[in-house]
Amino acid sequence: MPAVQETIDQVRSIDVDQYKYGFETEVEMEKSPKGLSEDVIRFISAKKGEPEWMLQWRLDAYKRWLTMTEPSWARVSYDKIDYNDIYYYAAPKKNPAPKSLDEVDPEILKTYEKLGIPLREQEILAGVEPERRVAVDAVFDSVSVATTFKEELAKAGVIFMPISEAIREYPDLVKQYLGTVVPVTDNFFATLNSAVFTDGSFVYIPPGVRCPMELSTYFRINEKNTGQFERTLIIADKGSYVSYLEGCTAPKRDENQLHAAVVELIALDDAEIKYSTVQNWYPGDAEGRGGIYNFVTKRGDCRGKNSVITWTQVETGSAITWKYPSCILRGDNSRGEFYSIAVSNGMQQVDSGTKMIHLGKNTTSRIISKGIAAGKSENTYRGLVSAHRKATGARNFTNCDSLLIGNQCGAHTVPYIESKNATAVFEHEATTSKISEDQMFYCQQRGLSEEEATALIVNGFVKDVLQQLPMEFAVEAQKLISISLEGSVG
Amino acid sequence: MLEIKNLVVQIEDKRILNGLNLTVNKGEVAAIMGPNGSGKSTLSYVIAGKEDYEVLDGEILLDGQNLLEMEPDQRAAAGVFLAFQYPLEIPGVGSMTFLKAAMNAQRKSRGEGELSTPDFIKQVNAAAAKLEMNKDMLKRALNVGFSGGEKKRMEILQMALLQPSFCILDETDSGLDIDALRIVSEGVNALRSPDRAFLVITHYQRLLNHIVPDTVHVMHGGRIVRSGGKELALELEANGYADYRESEAA
Repeated sequence: MPAVQETIDQVRSIDVDQYKYGFETEVEMEKSPKGLSEDVIRFISAKKGEPEWMLQWRLDAYKRWLTMTEPSWARVSYDKIDYNDIYYYAAPKKNPAPKSLDEVDPEILKTYEKLGIPLREQEILAGVEPERRVAVDAVFDSVSVATTFKEELAKAGVIFMPISEAIREYPDLVKQYLGTVVPVTDNFFATLNSAVFTDGSFVYIPPGVRCPMELSTYFRINEKNTGQFERTLIIADKGSYVSYLEGCTAPKRDENQLHAAVVELIALDDAEIKYSTVQNWYPGDAEGRGGIYNFVTKRGDCRGKNSVITWTQVETGSAITWKYPSCILRGDNSRGEFYSIAVSNGMQQVDSGTKMIHLGKNTTSRIISKGIAAGKSENTYRGLVSAHRKATGARNFTNCDSLLIGNQCGAHTVPYIESKNATAVFEHEATTSKISEDQMFYCQQRGLSEEEATALIVNGFVKDVLQQLPMEFAVEAQKLISISLEGSVG
Repeated sequence: MLEIKNLVVQIEDKRILNGLNLTVNKGEVAAIMGPNGSGKSTLSYVIAGKEDYEVLDGEILLDGQNLLEMEPDQRAAAGVFLAFQYPLEIPGVGSMTFLKAAMNAQRKSRGEGELSTPDFIKQVNAAAAKLEMNKDMLKRALNVGFSGGEKKRMEILQMALLQPSFCILDETDSGLDIDALRIVSEGVNALRSPDRAFLVITHYQRLLNHIVPDTVHVMHGGRIVRSGGKELALELEANGYADYRESEAA
């Protein structure tokens, strides 16, 4: 396994500071006034050059939000968030809407290069190695700074662009689908997002088209006291296929930053969407200072018959994660899948899982969740599987495994199962284990160092899920997991 | 090769080894026999460096290097190999992956480069064929769902690939049927060489019919109470350990 060696080298190359994405970029920013008000929402909408209907949509959401209370049922604790102490819009001053990469601030391009996402090369390499190309949309604080391969995708009829652009260019498509999976009123954080969302990706795959390359969005929070509220909307029309990946990082800061995103997926008849996330927001320091509050609503709607939505997530970052990528299995014979690796170390708190809502006939779902807790972290899987009265023949298989490293962390599994249909078959398996000293000794006796042994055992534990990721990202994710667990043994 | 002087070891305040002395020379196969609870497995773990054991006194030298000051992986790199009585299962980690990780880790500590994949596969296939191992076994996660006999073969396969200079076999015969015992023993015998020493820990004479030792040591009460040639094993088989128990009582 060469990846193990790479992992070790990577871990060694990182000194005391384990979070290598913690640097800050010096660019002049334009921000909205601090805090949240109708004026701020008007400011954002005007900055984006939005039509009136969009502004109205936001204002309605804001009014609704003012009447809502923050949810408290998750197994996480944090100081009260002051929603008026946040900047809701921040954009690089120079040319916030660049037409091509040449117009992008070189400092920002450098940032993405440091993060391992060379946007420039992506374009230059076009055609050289066609099977490995990935189209990237890069979002820096509140705006999308670059989208690659746009033209080539357009040839296939695929629309891949910042959502703020799509609102202007494809208002009918956006109007038809926005908020139909996660309604404006869905929950406190989703409603907040509906009011203030800034950027994110919009994807439309026309009927019968298999998207010619992986699509990827890279989110970066840079500015201090800024929240990131991205909104992503992906529509796979009849018989189409798309694989989409998102990655996220943020600089190290002592204060907490809020990230409240909404992602909506819609798969029509016979369409398939694969959505993969490698989430590596800054997790805070060893004492629990700083880090991102990651309160995200992700939901996919298998609206058409035989449609498929797969969520794969590798979660290693954030101080607090509150996230349940879900599938509404509306179309007959539709299928929802959720594969998750959630790693927590230090003082991180994770409350994550999925919901599989079976509405159509013969719908199937599969949940594979691997939680790894180290340090003093708390790691909770929370999942709902439900079958509607009409969902005859619904089937679910759930497997939740937790691995504990050390004895100061916690792993919890909270499954909810509701069946209103006698023909539904739901299976649930769960295990909790510790890396045993005997396993460690066995590996070390064969010559592996303590770090190598941990990496090997953990990689074995998460293998089923890693296999679901696109190849390059699987290697990346494997490294990330080992780095996150650095220093957790012994 | 291996020199143990006045080794005193306890675990959770219980003394297990009580001033044990043992020398094993290069090229020698030394057998250690003794009743249950005499400290045989403890001795193997202490040589390999398992935590939990508190060494109160004594030293263990391998070619003059003090093993007690080294981590388990450093001892492995120095040439110590322990074939476990109960090999551990590592779920999700393919046997081939594990073998390659172990071989490369040891190569690295010797300052050698990584093994190329074709060379690695060639070496594994050759060694596995000698042990009459089913190739499907190598595709499975390490030791997961292996029978007792398969696990023991996997231990000997690792020994053959890692080429250690000092091999400890801890009750390798337990759980083996006659055919597996023969195959495993042939695997071990094939590795006998003037540069390599073995410490074979067993309850029973039957393993020593296959792996014929140069010396036999009887362990009791945490120390070596008698040493002799291979005929000593036959004597024990005939008389049991009763003599030693009585001598303790007296």
